[in-house]
Amino acid sequence: MTPRRKRLVLVLGIIAGVSVAGALALSAFRQNVTFFFDPTQVTSGAVATGERFRLGGMVTKGSVQRAPGSLEVHFVVTDFKHDVPVSYTGVLPDLFREGQGVVAHGKMSGTTFVADEVLAKHDEKYMPPEVAKSLKKRQAESATPGGA
Amino acid sequence: MNRFILPLGIFALLAIVLAIGIKHSPEKGTIPSPLIGKAAPQFTLPVLTDTNRTFRSADLKGRWYVFNVWGTWCGGCREEHSALLEIRKTAQVPLIGLDWKDEDPQALQWLSELGNPYEVVAADREGRIAIEWGVYGAPETFLVDPQGIVVYKYIGPLTLEAWQTQFVPRLPPQQAAKS
Amino acid sequence: MLPELGHFALILAMLLAALQAFFGIAGPALGRDRWTAAVTPAVAGQFVMVSTAVACLIASFVANDFSVTYIAENSNSALPIFYRVTAMWGAHEGSLLLWIFLLGCWTVAVTIGVSRLPTRFAARVLGVLGLVSFGFLLFTLATSNPFLRLDPPAPDGRDLNPILQDPALAIHPPILYTGYVGFAVAFAFACAAMLEGRMDQMWARWTRPWTTSAWAFLSIGIALGSWWAYYELGWGGYWFWDPVENASFMPWLVGTALIHSLAVTDKRGLFKSWTLLLAVLAFSLSLLGTFLVRSGVLVSVHSFAADPTRGIFILAFLIVMIGGALTLYAWRAPLLKSQAGFELVSRESFLLFNNILLVIGAATVFGGTMAPLISDALGLGTLSVGTPYFNPTFMLSMLPLLALLSLGIHANWKRGHLGAAQRTILTTLVIAAIAGVILVFGVYSHGKVLSPVAATLGAWIILSSLVDPIDRIRRKLSLPRSVIGMSVAHIGLGIFVLSVTTVESFTLERDVALGQGERAVVGNYEFRFAGVKPIEGPNYNGVEGTVVVTRHGVPTSVVYPQKRQYWVQRQVTTEAAIEMHHGSNVFVALGDELGAGKWSVRFQIRPLVNFLWLGAFIMAVGGAIAATDRRYRTARQAAAAPVATPGVAEEGAG
Repeated sequence: MTPRRKRLVLVLGIIAGVSVAGALALSAFRQNVTFFFDPTQVTSGAVATGERFRLGGMVTKGSVQRAPGSLEVHFVVTDFKHDVPVSYTGVLPDLFREGQGVVAHGKMSGTTFVADEVLAKHDEKYMPPEVAKSLKKRQAESATPGGA
Repeated sequence: MNRFILPLGIFALLAIVLAIGIKHSPEKGTIPSPLIGKAAPQFTLPVLTDTNRTFRSADLKGRWYVFNVWGTWCGGCREEHSALLEIRKTAQVPLIGLDWKDEDPQALQWLSELGNPYEVVAADREGRIAIEWGVYGAPETFLVDPQGIVVYKYIGPLTLEAWQTQFVPRLPPQQAAKS
Repeated sequence: MLPELGHFALILAMLLAALQAFFGIAGPALGRDRWTAAVTPAVAGQFVMVSTAVACLIASFVANDFSVTYIAENSNSALPIFYRVTAMWGAHEGSLLLWIFLLGCWTVAVTIGVSRLPTRFAARVLGVLGLVSFGFLLFTLATSNPFLRLDPPAPDGRDLNPILQDPALAIHPPILYTGYVGFAVAFAFACAAMLEGRMDQMWARWTRPWTTSAWAFLSIGIALGSWWAYYELGWGGYWFWDPVENASFMPWLVGTALIHSLAVTDKRGLFKSWTLLLAVLAFSLSLLGTFLVRSGVLVSVHSFAADPTRGIFILAFLIVMIGGALTLYAWRAPLLKSQAGFELVSRESFLLFNNILLVIGAATVFGGTMAPLISDALGLGTLSVGTPYFNPTFMLSMLPLLALLSLGIHANWKRGHLGAAQRTILTTLVIAAIAGVILVFGVYSHGKVLSPVAATLGAWIILSSLVDPIDRIRRKLSLPRSVIGMSVAHIGLGIFVLSVTTVESFTLERDVALGQGERAVVGNYEFRFAGVKPIEGPNYNGVEGTVVVTRHGVPTSVVYPQKRQYWVQRQVTTEAAIEMHHGSNVFVALGDELGAGKWSVRFQIRPLVNFLWLGAFIMAVGGAIAATDRRYRTARQAAAAPVATPGVAEEGAG
């Protein structure tokens, strides 16, 4: 092979490798990205059945319940317009509290959201950003004349 | 066009996306309270200055009032304190304080050192009432009308300017005129 | 008084940084030698002022001066003195000051280091560093001043965020930032070369030790952060692909590519424009990391400061620095021609593949980190990208990288075949495969599809890295530090790969509800929960569980996981109990009280997980050894002579 052809082979090989990697990364991306929904979207049927997604909102005060001695815990996530009941089995994060923002990963089972991961942010001053945004949106929808 | 300009082009695109990202990022001051236009949560709490007494928010019905959430641990509350004292002087509307997640002796010392702008301070030692009011962080200040409806919420240290531009115009004329 | 002194020193530092930038860039450009000579005093003055500011802030922290807003919000009189010092960089304002201070330290080191280099080039390097420093000082003074007073002063402070009250996290930011900031040096060298319009092999030899040292610091910084997340966050993971973690990992990946590309430029005078681009890119990603963490654009578990006005400022700064450097690149890089060619099967082409794969790896991480932001900005919905995306896509570029490493290490410069190395390659591969299979199926007896492959690759890297040093010793050849450093760093990588493989393949995890006296079995271990008791610390109280651990029925230890409630911030933290037995980490974290006398407890058995951080540490040590090679010192001395000496005939890409 002449140096020129070698160079060509090298460049073509690199381009082929990069495109294969790009294609695989894109497909992994499409399969593994989870979308965020708030309780209003969930109640209105925006989520396809069996789809994994992130549910976010506020934990309704007084809604956290568990059978004594059981790892399974039930609570309600709300955006102050609609509610979604959530069930989760496992250790809750340190910052999980009633009346605080929460984001849960999981799927719908009937009308209940079955979470396999519950996240609460490590700062009690701020909300998870997507929760703050969704609450803001729902608030804007219900803004009545005379309100701020 | 040579290939050495390519990185610059990619960076320009990225800068545009970042600029849009900043525009969209949730700002502290713009998260409205889901309570606005709704009834203020009712509560019963001990009075900070006299813990034998209890304060019932239902007693406030029929009056305009300002509900201020603070704590001695919060720097912003210290910043806004002089503004609160000034507002008290105008006597336009009573200030109700909620001492959030605080130790009573420290809070009392704070009030005796800096002055007490409040008509009454409720001690929310566990922070439960603040949760009901949807408080993200201290200080936060709410304006509530005689029907007990939350009219406005201000996040962050209150200034006299914010008071004049945001609170006073929302008050009925005869009350606002007191200044 | 101290805070005002610090504030004033910071303003003076900014003015001196502006002078440093002006003299350093304008002096050589306009040929004014007196301006050029004024750079060094400006550097010294700026460093003295920044150090004064840091000293003032730390002294105010130690003295519990709660009339300073930043101190009132991040310290407390009950805080132990060690954390009062480290609280200085516990939040946004102070960590920026730390950034500037560390940049000052690097600049002083560079000033000493470049004193023998051509005067104009040295001035340009310092000028670019001055510009970076000026930008950060302006940002600090305009939007994030840590010296602002609180009137009236607070009686006590809000306390340091409890999750930061930890020895590893206390020293994590300075080390991580030293790495981040260190890439500013490579960036400055690259900009200086582009301003000169000239770049040769000597340039690469001057730049290499700085880049390698910065890379070593960044490696340790990232490893410390990962170690902290492992035991402090209470979840037992070591890497979450969190935006803040990715922000430090991307410059590391590009920095790794830069180290290898610099080796080619140094030895063979190739890849010149590519090396320049990587140097610009590594520092750009460091700046972008700062932007992502500090602007609130991407909010993650780590970010405690989010403010859009700061974001706008940092974006403007990014556009000036990165945009400026890339414009310079588009203008000057076409002038830099590589003279020599190379064969397909040569060390050059293996290092080219190394670079491409590392940049692809960084690009996949970048894509995943930015996707939520882009989707949001374009109104396509709020999405999240997590481990299910990052793990497979990142592996896609890393597995071939690891495989090519063991081949490339035996390849010679310029030549077109592996020659005599073929036997060595085959022998090491076979031994590594046997070791990998024994580890996966013999020791742990099960595994995933990729487990034996990854284990083989890890073992192969370790064996291959040993071949050259052993060969040199046997043949009584010289063993320069660059070769030792390279081998050590690659062995560290091999250990890291083996550890990740075992942890990802063989970790056992269970959340269990346990009452007093009840038992749980996880793998070979049995845990007996002996109940909880209250505890009290200097600024927190909480509960401590007692768990008796037995392995194969033999009692091994008693562990005490804690759950703490910090008084001032009312925050709960989980202090997991972690013990090492037979190479595995036994991890016990106390969850919530479940009622009926039961507690939720999380158990994890992670085999060889400690070797993960050990591997990263060994990599950093390798970098440190390589950075002290004699060649770099002689290169500096040679620069003082009028004619550059030809490259010393030593091999090794470390």
